Amino acid sequence: MAAKRSLQGARLHVSSELALGLLLYGVSLLTMSGIYGVLAIGLNIQWGYTGLFNAGIAGFFAIGAYVSAIVTSSASPNFVGGFNLPFPLGLLTAMVVAGIIGYFVGRLCVRLKSDYLAIATIGVAEIFRLILKNEAWATNGPRGISNIPRPFESLSQPWSQLAFLGVVVLVVLIAYFLAERAGRSPWGRVMRSIRDNEAASAAIGKNVIGFRLQGFVIGAALMGLGGALAGHFFKFIGPEATEPLMTTFLVWVMLIIGGSGNNKGALLGALVVWTLWSSTELLTSQLPPDWAVRATFLRVFLIGLGLQIMLQRYSKGLLPEQLPKVDTTDLVASPRTAQEKAPPVE
Amino acid sequence: MIEFINFYLIPGLVLGCMYALGAIGISLLFGILRFAHFAHGDVITLGAYFALLFVTTLGFPVLLALPVAMILTAIVSVLLDRGFYRPFRNSPTIYLVIASFGVALMIRSAVQLLWGVKVESYAAGTFSKPLIFFDTLRIADKHLWIAGLTIVIVFALHYFLSRSKLGKAMRAMADDPDLAQVSGIPTEKVVRATWIIGGGLAATAGVFLGMDTQLHTNMGWDLLLPIFAAAILGGIGSPYGAVAGGLVIGLAEELSSYPWIGDAPLLSPGYKTGVAFALMVALLIWRPSGLFRGRVFT
Repeated sequence: MAAKRSLQGARLHVSSELALGLLLYGVSLLTMSGIYGVLAIGLNIQWGYTGLFNAGIAGFFAIGAYVSAIVTSSASPNFVGGFNLPFPLGLLTAMVVAGIIGYFVGRLCVRLKSDYLAIATIGVAEIFRLILKNEAWATNGPRGISNIPRPFESLSQPWSQLAFLGVVVLVVLIAYFLAERAGRSPWGRVMRSIRDNEAASAAIGKNVIGFRLQGFVIGAALMGLGGALAGHFFKFIGPEATEPLMTTFLVWVMLIIGGSGNNKGALLGALVVWTLWSSTELLTSQLPPDWAVRATFLRVFLIGLGLQIMLQRYSKGLLPEQLPKVDTTDLVASPRTAQEKAPPVE
Repeated sequence: MIEFINFYLIPGLVLGCMYALGAIGISLLFGILRFAHFAHGDVITLGAYFALLFVTTLGFPVLLALPVAMILTAIVSVLLDRGFYRPFRNSPTIYLVIASFGVALMIRSAVQLLWGVKVESYAAGTFSKPLIFFDTLRIADKHLWIAGLTIVIVFALHYFLSRSKLGKAMRAMADDPDLAQVSGIPTEKVVRATWIIGGGLAATAGVFLGMDTQLHTNMGWDLLLPIFAAAILGGIGSPYGAVAGGLVIGLAEELSSYPWIGDAPLLSPGYKTGVAFALMVALLIWRPSGLFRGRVFT
C-alpha cells in the first residue's frame, strides 16, 4: 500500500516535471518567435513597405545585442561597460544606436538598387562582424559577452520565463501596432508608392531617397531591438550571432512565408518557421549523436527547399499584403465636396 | 624586398586568381540573367568537394580530379537553374536573389550532410617544398599551377567569347537581351552555356582554394563577398574586368597587412577580409560602374 502510494507519488512527480518541461519549452518557443517577430516586422518595414533589400539583418541584430549587453551589465575587465542601466533603457539604447548606425549605412546605401543594396548590406554586416570579433577591448572578442542580466531572473522556474515572455509579447504588440498604424498612414502610402513606382513618386514631389532612408533607419532600429531582446534572453552574445544563417536568412524566410507587406504575416511567419525549426530540432536531437549532427543539415536543407516551394507557388505568402482601401468618393463621386474643402482662391 | 614578394605579393596574386575565376562566373551570370547569384560561393565549395571525392575514393591526383569536378559542378549548376531559377525568368529579379540565397543554403547543408563538417585536405600530411629561384625567391609549385592554369583558362575563355558563335551570342545577350532574342539568338541555350562556364570556373576556384589551403564547408561563402567586390570593381558583366578586379582585390587584401609604415602591419591581419568588403561597399556607392567605367544595371 505504502509502496504503491510512493510509486504514485513518483509518477506524479515525473509527470509534473514533464509538464514543467513542456511548459518551459512552449514558453521559450513563444519567446523566440516573438523576438523573430520583432526582426520580421523590422524587415517588413524595409522590404515590405519600402522595397529595400537588406541582407545585413544580422549586423543590426548584433549591434543591438552588444549595445544592450554592454550598457546593462556590471563592470567587467573583459569588455567596456559597467553602466548597470536598467533593462528598458538597455533596449532603448540598443534601438537608438542601431538606428543611428542604420542612418549612416542608409545614407550611403539606400540609393542602390535591389541586388546592389543586398551586396552592400551583406558587406556592411560582415565588416560589423569583423569589428566585433577583433576589437576585444570592447567586446571581449571571439569569446563574446556572457552573464547578460535578464529581467525577472530572480523569480522561480516557470514564472521568470513567463515574465520575460510577457515583456517580449508587450514589445511585439507595441512594434506591431506602431508598424500597422504607420503602414496605414499617409507615410505608409508614400512608402508603398515608392516601392511600386519610384519615378512616379518622385514626379509628384516626394523625396524618394529621404523616405527610403526613413524606412531603412526604422527597420534597423527594430532589428537592434530584436537583437537586444535575444541577448538578454540567451544571457550571452558572441560574434557568431552575426552568422547570416540564423538571423538574416531565417528572418527573410519568415517574412516571405508569412507574407511580405503584411505585419500579421510577418508575425505568423516568425511563429510558423520558428516552430518548425525548433520542433524538428527536438526530433533530431533524439537520434544517435552522429545522426543528430547530420540531421541538423537536413533540416537546413529542407528549410531552403520549403522557401523555394513557397517562392514558386505562393510568392505572396500565407497572409498576402492587403492594401488599405483608398476612399475616392470625395474625389470622384462628388467633386463639389472637394471644392468646398479647398481653400478659397482669392 | 624579397620578403615582400614571397609573403605578400605572391599570395596576393594566387588569391587574386581564385577571386578572378569566381568573379568571371558572377559577372557573366549578372550580365546575362541580370541578378546577383548569391549561391556562387557555395557552388565553389561544391566543386572543391567533388574533387575531394575523386581524390579520396579513387586516389586521383588533384589536377586530374579538377576537370571531373568542373564537369560535375557545371551539370549541377544547369540543374539548379532548371529547378530554382528558370521559373523566375520573367519575374522581378528580387525573386531570383532570394531563391539564390535559398540555393546557397541548400548546397551548403547538402555538402555538410554528405561530407561532414571536418576540415579536409587534398593531400593530408604531405608537404611540398617550395621551388627556389635566384636563391631567395620562393614559389610553391602549387602556386605556379594555380597561376598557370588560371592564365590558360582566361585565354581559352577569351577565345571562346570572341571567336565562337555561342560566345558572341553570349556577349550579344549581355548587351541587350531583348534585341538578342528578336534577332534569333537561342536565349535558353546561351543561359545554359553561361551556367556551364560559371559552374566550371567556380569549381576551379574551389579546387585551387582547397589546394592552397584546406577544404571546409564555409570556404565558398567566405569567398563570395571578395568575388562580388572583384566583379563590381571590374565592371559587372565584363569578364575581362572581373579578372583584373580579382587580382586587385586579392592583392589589396594581402598587401593591407604589409608593414608599409614602420614595423607594424598597416592593418591588423584580422581585418584582412574587411579590406575587400570595404572596397566593395565604397565602389558600389561611388563608382558602381567599376574601374573601367562599364555599365550599371538597373
